[in-house]
Amino acid sequence: MKARTLFDKIWESHVVVSEPDCPSVLYVDLHLIHEVTSPQAFQGLRDRKLPVRRPDRTVATVDHIVPTQGQGLPIKDPLASKLVSQLERNCAEFGVPFYTLGDARQGIVHVIGPELGLTQPGMTIVCGDSHTSTHGAFGALAFGIGSSEVEHVLATQCLLQRRPRTFAVRIEGRLQPGVSAKDIILALLSTMGIDGATEHVLEYLGSTIRSLDMEERMTICNMSIEGGARAGMMAPDDTTFQYLSERPLAPKGLAWDKAIACWRALQTEAEARFDKDLTLRADTLEPMITYGTNPGMGVPITGRIPDPDQVGEALKRKALLKALDYMGLQPNQPLLGQPVNAIFIGSCTNSRLSDLRAAARVLKGRKIHPRLRVLIVPGSQAVKASAEGEGLDQVFKESGAEWREPGCSMCIAMNGDELQPGEYCISTSNRNFEGRQGQAGRTFLASPLTAAASAVTGAIADVRTFL
Amino acid sequence: MQPFRRITSHMVPLPNENVDTDQIIPARFLKVTSKEGLGKVLFYDWRYDAAANAKPGFILNRPEMAAASILLAGNNFGCGSSREHAAWALYDFGFRAVISTSFADIFRNNSLKNGLLPIQVDKAVHEQLFQIVHAQPTAQATVDLESQSVVLPGGGVIGFAIDPFSKQCLLAGVDELGYLLKFREAILAYESRAVP
Repeated sequence: MKARTLFDKIWESHVVVSEPDCPSVLYVDLHLIHEVTSPQAFQGLRDRKLPVRRPDRTVATVDHIVPTQGQGLPIKDPLASKLVSQLERNCAEFGVPFYTLGDARQGIVHVIGPELGLTQPGMTIVCGDSHTSTHGAFGALAFGIGSSEVEHVLATQCLLQRRPRTFAVRIEGRLQPGVSAKDIILALLSTMGIDGATEHVLEYLGSTIRSLDMEERMTICNMSIEGGARAGMMAPDDTTFQYLSERPLAPKGLAWDKAIACWRALQTEAEARFDKDLTLRADTLEPMITYGTNPGMGVPITGRIPDPDQVGEALKRKALLKALDYMGLQPNQPLLGQPVNAIFIGSCTNSRLSDLRAAARVLKGRKIHPRLRVLIVPGSQAVKASAEGEGLDQVFKESGAEWREPGCSMCIAMNGDELQPGEYCISTSNRNFEGRQGQAGRTFLASPLTAAASAVTGAIADVRTFL
Repeated sequence: MQPFRRITSHMVPLPNENVDTDQIIPARFLKVTSKEGLGKVLFYDWRYDAAANAKPGFILNRPEMAAASILLAGNNFGCGSSREHAAWALYDFGFRAVISTSFADIFRNNSLKNGLLPIQVDKAVHEQLFQIVHAQPTAQATVDLESQSVVLPGGGVIGFAIDPFSKQCLLAGVDELGYLLKFREAILAYESRAVP
């Protein structure tokens, strides 16, 4: 039998029907729902008089449009309020579990899935959200879908899928102090570009990945989509099992023992072949930062902005010029010392407890620059409670930062947390697209460590001088 | 979904690479519960200034481009967010086909489910199309799905690939859920075998 990759194993065990000239019918183990991409899907079910096939494999929460202050109060934005009440009605009507505001399980959908133990190795997981790739850190095949596909999964628990190609990314070596998982993925994206993995599923391999904890692994898988990947995955190991053993919805007792035995088999076999390969050295990485308007436009923090005159291809030169014009930056300009107006620490990329600890480590005993607005937004109610349990909120408040309530917040700027036109923000989120953090806002993507160090200086800073 | 057979239109050139779905429809316009009427906010921040005045330099604001149904886009069109609102907005505006050298996976899937045909061409053809549009902005091209071809102004013909399943769905105007629902028995059998 042909040697198989982790992806092959999960794909093949989830194909329900495979007919010639047609996409495969792929079974979905877990379907996560949020308020923005689901209303049209539920309406589609209603129009066809269909039930949700497996409400027991479906979980809904609210994250994209929820306020991060005064969550106990009525939502002021009538459109946002309508989306929340619509989801509540849809979940009640179709019997879908709903973790709404006020529920201890509420949070960003890609934070709560893993922390509750819903996300498990070997599963197929989908959500109407491109950052569903996050869950691949557990050795699951997890990917974002559109609202029509949300309707398909609600109705049939299946999706029509064409088999993607596979792409091995080997990351080797030990990270230097001040360099984190976020820097690995930003470096990878700057290497392969934002369409380098289109039509492929990434598997991250190598000694660096093995040394990372689950939250760091999630940060990397989260941004697989920024390289165009269908999904990003990592084989489960003892780190994965240790994380899951503490989760409320993970299997218990005999079921746990049985699950572990299955999960251990989810490894890419030594002889297995990938369609593409790439190796990245982690030991020579610096903290990374983006300068442009897509996540592939990143450089080491001591680097300079590329010069369009050095770009040979006309369309690429035009894209760089357009990005620099939008960002108000000059060719060859160093990034260090660039003043900013705001700092955002949060999002499904970097809002977990270890991210907040990293930021607190830098901010403890220091004050944020008086010009800045600094928003620190935990990824879930559980993260918020844990952070407050160890006093991180106090560290943040004493530094002058705002400690908020859980949600997507200024990653997507749908909830009122947003930049003013022209403002610069260092953000731990995943996208620096034009307007992503507010109309005409300008985003530098970086790690929580870099964001926290820059909060102190008021400009792009090298966290290594703080450690 | 309306059947897609053949369309004739001039092509709107948008040569930018890596156009993400946040540009196609900014997130603040996603606070809707229906799919309808999103054409008016298509490319909103590129089309309008902060005071909501149309920016005269943007291609979709030129009067002769208003009625076009073919978008000629740059490489990696539709990257980023999975929002199907991007496909809905393009369709509602009047687009029925997007031609590019490559498309982001989720955008391609979303488009095919909404009667919006993504046509992938190689780099040389792509450049040729931009040259044609540059020389003659309102030149008409015809996309014929049955024969998988684009007839260019002046009579040249280019072929394009599409998987047979998507082609049949588009030609018949049927949506994929109808097809998927036919597998009820197979899904039940799978569940009894493999799903706790």
